Amino acid sequence: MEATTTVTGGEKIWGGGNDPMGASYGKLMMWFFIVSDALTFSGFLAAYGFSRFKFIETWPLADEVFTHFPFLHGVSAPMYYVALMTFILIFSSVTMVLAVDAGHQMKQGKVAFYMFLTIIGGLIFVGSQAWEWKNFIKGEYGAIETKGGSLLQFVDNTGKRVALAEFASTTPQVRVRLERGKGMWFMEEPTLPTYSVQQIQDGFKAHPELLVRTERIFQGTEADLKDKRLQPGLNKIKHKEVLTRSESEGMLNNAHYVVEGANLTRNEYGSKLFANFFFFITGFHGFHVFSGVLINILIFFNVVLGTYQKRGSYEMVEKVGLYWHFVDLVWVFVFTFFYLV
Amino acid sequence: MDHTHEHVSSTKRIWIVFAILSVITIVEVIFGILKPASLHMNNFLGMNLLNWLFIILTIVKAYYIVWAFMHMEGEKASLRWSVVSSAVFLIIYLLFILLVEADYIYEVFRTSTIKWNF
Repeated sequence: MEATTTVTGGEKIWGGGNDPMGASYGKLMMWFFIVSDALTFSGFLAAYGFSRFKFIETWPLADEVFTHFPFLHGVSAPMYYVALMTFILIFSSVTMVLAVDAGHQMKQGKVAFYMFLTIIGGLIFVGSQAWEWKNFIKGEYGAIETKGGSLLQFVDNTGKRVALAEFASTTPQVRVRLERGKGMWFMEEPTLPTYSVQQIQDGFKAHPELLVRTERIFQGTEADLKDKRLQPGLNKIKHKEVLTRSESEGMLNNAHYVVEGANLTRNEYGSKLFANFFFFITGFHGFHVFSGVLINILIFFNVVLGTYQKRGSYEMVEKVGLYWHFVDLVWVFVFTFFYLV
Repeated sequence: MDHTHEHVSSTKRIWIVFAILSVITIVEVIFGILKPASLHMNNFLGMNLLNWLFIILTIVKAYYIVWAFMHMEGEKASLRWSVVSSAVFLIIYLLFILLVEADYIYEVFRTSTIKWNF
């Protein structure tokens, strides 16, 4: 411990001098900020873990949710896209640390070039996240919410997911969206789902090969194997349970709401909290990346204008670098806990 | 501030760390897609081995980011300890409390008559 105080002698009471712990004021304050921000993110991720452990039997399976890749329509590509996003962010961290390194050698042009690459990497990452959100919000298959609040998804007799659009009946829809112009000025409701509950129920009756998949994860225990409600042959360990046709019909009689995509109230993937945590944590991280890009741009202009060259030190680049690496660090954890685990 | 000592460029180390981080990410994705049954179906302390592997690899990545990129390895021991030990202690403490409590709530809902899915 180099920077402890010494009370003996009298002339030297603060061993740290001008730079306690050997770090300048600015860098130390950046570390303060990073520690507190790390604890904030840990709080969010721990709360996510809390909800997930609480609903451990029914939590959505990540590799069924995040399956999109640009230009590959209809191909299930779990994780490839987030892995790519992770690479982009790690690479932008590399260019950032290269900028810091060039700063140590007082090479203005190199610092500017690497800062520029870092900004581009950050922008690509934020854009990718927007695309990820778009897919998440739009959804792919749709689901039914029961009166009890659980979620029903649909599969065919081979266990393949079936979208609502593939079987919904064309029974005329009577329900009209309530808008301000149609009722009292203060009365309105959000957009109606594409299909009514009745249309889904009718369509399900007309397609005898369809089965309902519940939120519960099949564990393969004794009780699970004996369970008469489950369709034989389609239930795999650590996959969602598929019900028999007669059980499916019974469940569908409790249908209450058609869920398409995701919002803060409900989502077609499963537990309601799943979408809330996804939006909140990736959103808060994305906001950090976005602010990081803005700060990087400011520093980039200062580098180009020669401010730090004149000052004789590129410490400002180092400080913004610390923040940028921290954002990368958080993403490494978000990636693990949202997409892998 | 004295800038008399010449800073040596550490470009080579940066690229090595980048390679390590990339390899770890690729390994994670491969395991995430294949999900080997020997890891996925065996539990240790209430979590399957695959998840333990992911968490350990994540911590290794975090170590390299903080130590190499954030240049923690070049800081004084007092700064290293102040930052790392307080964060690590508080995070483990928080996780321990919340996850144990969540598991307890899960058991209560599972074994009692309360309808849990709302």
